[in-house]
Amino acid sequence: MLSLQGALNLALDELLAEDPKVLILGEDVGTLGGVFRVTSGLAASHGAERVFDTPLAESGILGMSIGLAMAGFRPVPEVQFDGFAYPAMNQIVTQLGRIHYRSRGALRVPVTLRVPSFGGIRAPEHHGESLEAVFAHVPGLKVVSPADPQQGYTLLKAAVRMDDPVIFMEPKSRYWQKGEVVTEGAGSPTHDGASSPSPQDVTGARVAREGRHLTLVAWGAMVARCLQVAELAAEDGIDVEVVDLRWLKPIDTETLARSVAKTRRAVVVHEAPLTAGLGAEVAQRITERCFGTLKAPVERVTGFDVPYPSGDLEDEYIPNIDRILFGIQRVLEYKRG
Amino acid sequence: MTAVRQLDLAAVAWQRQGILPAYAPELGQEAAQVASALALDLSRDFAFPTYRELGVARAAGVDMVEYMSTHLATWHGGFWDAAATHVAPIQAVVAGSVLHAVGWAHGQTLQARAASAQSSPEASALGVAITYLGDGASSQGDVHEAMNFAGVFRAPVVFFVQNNGWAISVPTERQVAGGSVAARGAGYSIPALQVDGNDAAAVLEATRRAVAHARAGHGPVIVEAMTYRRGPHATSDDPGRYRTLDEERTDGGADPLLRLRERLLGEGIADEAELEAADAAGAAEAEAVREGVLALGPRPGAEMFDLVFTEPTDELLRQKAAWREESEHA
Ligand SMILES: Cc1ncc(C[n+]2csc(CCOP(=O)(O)OP(=O)(O)O)c2C)c(N)n1
Repeated sequence: MLSLQGALNLALDELLAEDPKVLILGEDVGTLGGVFRVTSGLAASHGAERVFDTPLAESGILGMSIGLAMAGFRPVPEVQFDGFAYPAMNQIVTQLGRIHYRSRGALRVPVTLRVPSFGGIRAPEHHGESLEAVFAHVPGLKVVSPADPQQGYTLLKAAVRMDDPVIFMEPKSRYWQKGEVVTEGAGSPTHDGASSPSPQDVTGARVAREGRHLTLVAWGAMVARCLQVAELAAEDGIDVEVVDLRWLKPIDTETLARSVAKTRRAVVVHEAPLTAGLGAEVAQRITERCFGTLKAPVERVTGFDVPYPSGDLEDEYIPNIDRILFGIQRVLEYKRG
Repeated sequence: MTAVRQLDLAAVAWQRQGILPAYAPELGQEAAQVASALALDLSRDFAFPTYRELGVARAAGVDMVEYMSTHLATWHGGFWDAAATHVAPIQAVVAGSVLHAVGWAHGQTLQARAASAQSSPEASALGVAITYLGDGASSQGDVHEAMNFAGVFRAPVVFFVQNNGWAISVPTERQVAGGSVAARGAGYSIPALQVDGNDAAAVLEATRRAVAHARAGHGPVIVEAMTYRRGPHATSDDPGRYRTLDEERTDGGADPLLRLRERLLGEGIADEAELEAADAAGAAEAEAVREGVLALGPRPGAEMFDLVFTEPTDELLRQKAAWREESEHA
């Protein structure tokens, strides 16, 4: 059993060991091991040149990572908290996402930006935000979010090995949750159903729980909550399927369509504000593919169009079990007008 | 330099003739650009230009038709191979690539250290990044972050500032607190020097020294070349709104091209006939570039999709297929 933080740490350790071009940089990632300790011990075991602290400047961290990538390295920068990706947004949008295109493929920028993401830890302002729609809207970027330790290990390895820039959104409220992690070294695990962990399974979405009556679509920290909701709904005889989207860009429309073709109802759950959120994108894709079979419009249970609130109000803001259950109810009870 | 001057003037004319949609002239900056680029060893150094670096690109061996393709609106960034030429693509966000130069330069440090650990001969000489920026760009936060990072990491990078007196309509004194960009170096423990940007020999000498300093592992250098941007900022600009022609004449200083000619003739390095031959070659080159530009033609639309990722997403391939089907039926 490993925590998500431990699984990410292990993945980085193995990545550093397998490829001398992998570098880790950011604020306090070296000796301290990052404020969430995800890079703990890595500077000691791989050297202070490969895992190094930078001055406190996010644009600098991203810009430097881009230059290192242009020089043939595979940088894995960290921004300390999601809200501090905003100061780097110019580098992320105008540079990171475009250099391959701008240079007609001559330059690759295999940068994996690790962003501790989403709320749920009662942190100060800008220490908990949901930027997925912002990142996913940027051409040239891929965006992924793990939901548990196995996904953290598997997806981080995949992201860092990719030649394209990836934004890796770590659900910080899940850092200390433990789970089974099958590592690459352990070989291919026996496949025992859709939810069995496999470090080789790196693309697309994942059916985290099978069900017949309704599909819940979530990512990051909301996957665990949706699995909880599914357990509660089962007590009322409602059989909920949970799809862990994993890749927020590109979105795996096939898995969504397959699930909803079966359940004919869907609810998307995310922490980010409702308007222009990724839930709208997911709902539209489901609608395009499953319009004829849908028994109700796709519902969304999301944060509100307000700045991410302070810790005391966080529980009101982040979709809680009751709000998700209400969403499920609305879909199940929908009557054509 | 005469080839650069002629091509630059020709490009302005092509814009007026409707061949190029827009162009950013560099009249008066030829010495700063050409001489600084000649100080590089592009087999191992790497240049990060702005949108106004025709002279740098020409001196660095970039194909001039491929260079003009960006102004022709054929491809953002230009058409040359950045990996092969070691000249990064043009990008329009002022100061956007200054940090890349620092990162690239730090990468050279890391590679050299790895090589020296294996006692490979590469260890002794670093590849140097040169990043071009204007006095206006130096106001950007990214430049301050870049100088700070470069100072902290002692990255082998040369910040080559072309202070041409203006950032569109805003003069340097309304742009740069502290009077000069070079003055900033002190705060970052970066040695900085100002050089007469109209004097090609002085620029070459200063940049060579800066590159040698960085190559030897002594860290970054700021070179501020004091130039003057004659004429408009871009073909859409109207300098008459912010300065007079008289001011342009008095503030502009000596024409860098005439200065170089006088020097070459005065020191007997070249004679009139050789200079005339160079002018004629420049004119012929500009004409060949014009023909090349006219022959370029539009890019196939599929490139729009093909060059986004190294590994395209299914979604992008779907969009490409839909685009192809709809554009073929249109
Ligand atoms: C981030 C950003 N803001 C504004 C612009 C528009 N713009 C283009 S060039 C320019 C002035 C730049 O001045 P300077 O850096 O001194 O370079 P010069 O053009 O004089 O060579 C401005 C404001 C831009 N390209 N990027």
